[in-house]
Amino acid sequence: MLKSRFLMVLVFLLTFGVFLAACGSSGGEEETSGSSSDDSGSEESSGEENSDFSVAMVTDVGGVDDKSFNQSAWEGLQAFGEENGMSKGEGIDYAQSESDADYATNLNRLVRQDYNLIYGIGYLLQPAIAEVSEQYPDTNFALVDSVQEGDNVASIVFKEHQGSFLAGVAAANKTNTDKVGFIGGVDGSLINKFEAGFVAGVKSVNPEIEVEVEYAESFNDSQKGQAIASNMYSKDIDVIYHASGGTGNGVFAQAKDIKNSNPDEEVWVIGVDRDQHEEGQIGDSNVTLTSMVKRVDIAVQEVANQAMNGEFPGGEVLEFGLADDAISIARTNEEAMTEEIVSAVEEWKEKIVNGEVEVPSTREDLQTFLDSM
Amino acid sequence: MFSNRLFNILVPIISVLLGLISGAIIMLIFGYNPIAGFAALWNGAFGDAYFFGETIRQVTPYILSGLAVAFALRSGLLNIGVEGQVFMGWLASVWIGISFELPMILHLPLAILAAAIAGAFWGFIPGLLKAKLGVHEVIVTIMMNYIALYLSNSIVRNLLSDGADRTENVAATASLQSNWLAEMTFYSRIHYGFIVALLMALVMWFIINRTTTGFELRSVGFNQHASKYAGMNVSKNIILAMVISGAFAGLAGAMEGLGTFGFMSIKSGFTNIGFDGIAVALLGANTAFGVILAAFLFGILKIGALNMPTAAGVPTELVEIIIALIIFFVASSYMIRWVILRFKKEGK
Repeated sequence: MLKSRFLMVLVFLLTFGVFLAACGSSGGEEETSGSSSDDSGSEESSGEENSDFSVAMVTDVGGVDDKSFNQSAWEGLQAFGEENGMSKGEGIDYAQSESDADYATNLNRLVRQDYNLIYGIGYLLQPAIAEVSEQYPDTNFALVDSVQEGDNVASIVFKEHQGSFLAGVAAANKTNTDKVGFIGGVDGSLINKFEAGFVAGVKSVNPEIEVEVEYAESFNDSQKGQAIASNMYSKDIDVIYHASGGTGNGVFAQAKDIKNSNPDEEVWVIGVDRDQHEEGQIGDSNVTLTSMVKRVDIAVQEVANQAMNGEFPGGEVLEFGLADDAISIARTNEEAMTEEIVSAVEEWKEKIVNGEVEVPSTREDLQTFLDSM
Repeated sequence: MFSNRLFNILVPIISVLLGLISGAIIMLIFGYNPIAGFAALWNGAFGDAYFFGETIRQVTPYILSGLAVAFALRSGLLNIGVEGQVFMGWLASVWIGISFELPMILHLPLAILAAAIAGAFWGFIPGLLKAKLGVHEVIVTIMMNYIALYLSNSIVRNLLSDGADRTENVAATASLQSNWLAEMTFYSRIHYGFIVALLMALVMWFIINRTTTGFELRSVGFNQHASKYAGMNVSKNIILAMVISGAFAGLAGAMEGLGTFGFMSIKSGFTNIGFDGIAVALLGANTAFGVILAAFLFGILKIGALNMPTAAGVPTELVEIIIALIIFFVASSYMIRWVILRFKKEGK
């Protein structure tokens, strides 16, 4: 007994010894890394001509390959990098978040790596951006899809309700059963914008059409998406608009399953954020009617350019919409998007841009919109 | 020569080393520099005070969830439901934290206690079913995890907020956050919960090793029938083990609710604190001190790994594989044990 206890103590001591030794070496490293960061600091001050301007972004849990807005944002940064001779790791970079506990850690790390502008992609990062931007007033931040006050934060938001309205117009023109569906990610003010716009669009074309609204309570649960879609399609709904990130992959899977077993069945999915034409391809046909394209990449690129030229729009809320071509309706599926639908969409787009139609962006506004019809 | 205790210490250390070595080999195969990779891992966890603070922050719930799993395992029960018990604890602590106005000396202990009770209750149900009806605790606890996840989502959405996806922040009097610690570590989210976690490790050690109850619990874990023959109440001990295990898990939830976040939000999936707790307990050989060391290792890996993609260019997926390999070697400790025994025999 005594002997084994002695052994245990010995092992603890050894372990701690290793820890301490490692700490010591890291202390040394820290010194060198400290001096290197000094170097970069002096470079920064000498290179006032923006030669070492650098940008990075933090994704939400969807990850950089989510086929949705994280990916779109990274494409925007890559395009910005290409214009300015930067590549991943040199001038531009991204950090992926595995869980919501990682947002603040990732933002902090990028601040420490001396990035001049750091994007938070997605409204989920808003609390983390709020915290970190206050702690580091000398670094510029940009938040996509949500609003945060602060002189060093630019908020990038989109008029998704306008695009969703047009998606609703397309859906209303396409449906044969007069029933359409909406699948949202997480119930909250952002996705409610999509819902309100879509419902308003559908009802503007034909108030008789029923719209079924469901939320998956997740942006990355494709199984749940598939289950909801299966339920909707079996209730004679033939067009589903999803605003649910990765959850939407399940909606596409279900639509393709149905098409696979019965090629004559008319089922459609309306994609979101990026043109999701590829996701809907099955054999020679395609279940993607259209997509509500939100050009996160354009917005990200534009703000990066402004920041590089010393015109960072800190404290401002930048709204991108139909008029800036940052929101649009995809026409890749020419077979499904007939002349008739395209002209109807164009007509309503005209009205929205002119200000003739005020598209609702919340459930309350939607109610007043419907009542006034 | 090789005592059992030495084995329990040697096996985890060898597993971790094997995991790191195979991680290095994989990085080499895919053309990444393993030294740069592991240096990035190290700097990501200890590079400066901020990252050190974040590592401690991550370690805190791991210690508690590891203790929860270890405590149940000592009594021969596999508590897969730590994840659900974490959710209940998180929910209960935030609930108390946002709905009362009390002086800190009452409010904070009350919120922490509520978390422990909520977790204990969530552990009591499978314990009762196991003790009275012989329903296997693994099945019940897995299902209880889902009930906890969706129940807490629904409560957050409908009761604790007006249809929003997160609650308000808990009152300052119920918060474990500390400006003093945060400023010292360049605003990391380190909080006083660390002290609670260490204290609980001491509590576990004391219950298991220094009380009659602990003796009975261990005895039931070794052999139920012999314990019954010796006059112990097996049912009572099974329920007690699950209740205490659940209480530890509930406290892990309170660490997140009162410390790291200060609120609870709608979760689309599990946090993995509870599931990682299983690996932490196994790596720590189900002892209180072992769990602390193992929780440190996991915290370091989790936080440090975030630095590998940006600092060394190693893709996130590869980082996940390396971490999984380490867990794999820990889980296959039987293999390592076998190899050591083999060598020992040959030596003779």
